[in-house]
Order: sequence, then C-alpha cells, then structure tokens
Amino acid sequence: MTNEEILSGLATIVHEVAGIEENEITPEKSFVDELDIDSLSMVEIAVQVEDHFGVKVPDDVLANLKTVGDAVDYVAKTT
Amino acid sequence: MIEVVVTGLGATTPLGGDVTSTWDALRAGKSGIVALTEDWVDHFDLPVRIAAKLAVDPADSLPRVQARRCDRCEQVAIIAAREAWQHAGAPEVEPERLAVVIGTGIGGALTLLGQDDLLESAGIRKVSPLTIPMLMPNGPAAQVGLDLGARGGVHAPVAACASGAEALAIAWRMLRAGEVDVVVAGGAEACIVPITVAGFAQMRTMSTRNDEPERASRPFDIARDGFVLGEGAGIMVLERAEFAAARKATRHGRLAGVGTSSDGHHITAPEPEGIGAGRAISAALRTAGLDKADVGHVNAHATATPVGDVAEAAAIRNAVGDHVVVTAPKGALGHLIGAAGAVESLACVLALRDGVVPPTVNLEDLDPGVALDVVTGSAREVRLHAAVNDSFGFGGHNVALAFTAV
Repeated sequence: MTNEEILSGLATIVHEVAGIEENEITPEKSFVDELDIDSLSMVEIAVQVEDHFGVKVPDDVLANLKTVGDAVDYVAKTT
Repeated sequence: MIEVVVTGLGATTPLGGDVTSTWDALRAGKSGIVALTEDWVDHFDLPVRIAAKLAVDPADSLPRVQARRCDRCEQVAIIAAREAWQHAGAPEVEPERLAVVIGTGIGGALTLLGQDDLLESAGIRKVSPLTIPMLMPNGPAAQVGLDLGARGGVHAPVAACASGAEALAIAWRMLRAGEVDVVVAGGAEACIVPITVAGFAQMRTMSTRNDEPERASRPFDIARDGFVLGEGAGIMVLERAEFAAARKATRHGRLAGVGTSSDGHHITAPEPEGIGAGRAISAALRTAGLDKADVGHVNAHATATPVGDVAEAAAIRNAVGDHVVVTAPKGALGHLIGAAGAVESLACVLALRDGVVPPTVNLEDLDPGVALDVVTGSAREVRLHAAVNDSFGFGGHNVALAFTAV
C-alpha cells in the first residue's frame, strides 16, 4: 500500500470520527494542536485504523503519533 | 427580594420539535402516542407496545459529529437549550454568572445498552471511549454547559419523574441566592429501551391499551390503566429580574416560588392522601407570596396510574382548593420522565401568557375521587394570574413550582 493510499484511508477515518474535511488532513498536521482532536477521538481513530489496515496500535505507540504523517509512517512500516 | 423571570423557552417533544408546535398541539388536544414498531417489542414479547416518541429525530437537528458524541438524552437537551437561548435573545452574560441545571431520570440508557451489546459481541476494543460521558446522568447538563460556555456551575438533579421540575427549583434557589444572573434549566430524557419498558411494565404502572395508542394515556379518567413512556426535553432560561430588565429582555412569566418535599412513605407508591405533595404545593405558594385564591390553574403531574392521580387530586384540593382549572398534559404528551416537569412547566407559563388551559386528552369520564374542575374536550380560555405545576417522582420526591403572569 502506498503512503498516498494510507493517507486517504486515514483521512476517511478521521473525517468519520471528528468531522474534519478530508482535504485538511495532511501529513504535517498535528492531531491535537492543529486538527483539534481530543484523546477520546484518538482512541476511536486508533481502533478504526487497526480494523481498516490490519495493524496493531498499542497505547504507547498511539501516544507518540503526533502528526498525521507519523500515523501514515507507522501504518506503512507495520503492514 | 430577588425576582426570577422566564425569558426563554425551548422544547422537543412527542408533539413537536419546538415550543410552538408542542404548544399548538397541546392546545388542540392532539396525542403524541404511537405504536412501538421496534423488533425488541416482539422479541421480548413485551406487554406494553406503545410509547410517546419524539416528533423530530434529534440526531437530524445536530451536526453529525456532535450527534455521534452525544447520547439521545444529551441531544434533546442541546436542541431544547439552543431554542430557549435564542428565544431569550442569547443573553450577554459573564460565563461565571451563567449556570446550567438540567435533570434526567435515567441518563444515557441507549448508550449503556448499546455499548454493553458491543462489549458482549465484540469485546472491549469496540466499546466507545465516549461511553461514560454519554451515559452519565449529568451528561445533558454538562453538554449544554459546554455548548453555552457556562462557568457558574453545572448541576444535574436526579429525582426520577420530578427531575426536570427539581432542576427549575434549584435554578430558582441559585438566582434568589444571588449566585448567578442567568440559569438555563430543565429536564431531558430518552429511555425508550427494552429494559425500561420491561421494568416499568413489571411494576404494573404502564398502560397496556396497545390497540389504541392515542387513547392509552388517560389522566384522571375512570378507565385509566397506567402511564405511557415518552421522551423529550424542556428548557427554560431563567434570569434575575433586574438583569433581564437591564438588557431589555422579553419576560414570558415569573417563577415566583418553589416547594419541595419528600413522602417518606414507600420507594414507588405515592402517599395515598397526597400529604407530601400538598406540602410541596403549599410551600410553593408560600415562597411565591400567593394566597390559594390567587392560583387559577394547576398543571397536574397526573400520570394516569390508578393510585397517583387521586392522591394528587387530594393534594390539590387541600393545598389550593377546588376552584382551580386543572389540566393533565400527559394525556397528550405521555410521560417524559425526567423531562416531564420541565415541559409541563413550559405549558404552565404559556397558559398564563395566553390565558388558555389545554384539554386533558382522553379524559372522558372523570374519576369521582378526583373532584376537581379538569379541562376536557377542548382548550378553555381563562384569565390567569398564577398557576402551579406539580411533579412527583419514584422515591417520594415532590416538587411544585408557582408561576405568575407578567
């Protein structure tokens, strides 16, 4: 799966959970500071990422996924 | 003495998605009660197959993400509170001088059941991290507090079917104590789920007139056989009168006095002579500075249970007298549990404002034990100065609110 495909899948999930327009969800954006996603929604996003991409997102990993790009890279290297 | 005025009204009920549609339907004597068509009614072979469901789905009235983060009981609270806030002209008030008091009887029942189903079927991974904020009974108050940015206190009285009225009583006390200038107060409920229907049915407190939903809720009627479970929300904006006057707000009525008491009798059965209920009504008149003769109208709690309606009638006769014009809105609305006292208080304010008392839907043959002038058939025009709303809840909670016209 390409990084573009991962970003697209992630953007769909973030839009579903947090209502942010998909074109706003770009690699450099911080989930908390820029996209204003709270810790509860981050848990929902993590579960959906696990289901969609078939990866595991342990809590210690989730805590370090600061930007959209971090999440894309993590999915890319674990799939 | 600090006076408390009503400056905004909001509601979503089985009769309509806002105050105007609800009040128009109440005045016209329409029923909001329908057959339950959910699969679980047949699945559990429930003896009760009717309910008073919301006329407008609240999820359709909110942004998608906000709707999915809120239980249905929180959704209705937000919708009614927004209407009330706009109706009040969106008061400019310091956040520290704005409070929210919204009660519920049950809280997020749909969330509790839905998430438990997910836990059972798919394990903890599928349980929403929003489960607790969606099921907690202070959720409706907290969500409205967030929506309005209130920082003067957010409270959530839980007093079963008196919760909404108790919220208004607490709001009145906060304003009278000078704690805040504006309170957004009322009740919210959305608990039409299998376990509540089954539980109430096992108490034998619900109507089983399943073949005639619109005729099922019959307060004060000799053939009444219990209440019909409903859902909805009613919210008022209450203000310190001087604060409202300074911002030239339109006043729709006054919350002039409140009375609360407890029966100390039984966990669910009302004290049959209505003594505790009467004490609440008397206290509402006393704190309002009203004589019995001043009160022209009582909006009764009357849920249509055989015992409760006659106990309340005794309380009204003793505490106010038999000169009052009475209506029982649950014939039309069903029983909105924690929202009932708030929605019915809205009706009380509108009756005072418009000089009209709505009919008691389905009251065809008055129980002789009631011995009161209960409006039936069609609405009655009455010139009113003061009116009382009664609310009672399992646990022996009694709340009476005295409203006066401006």
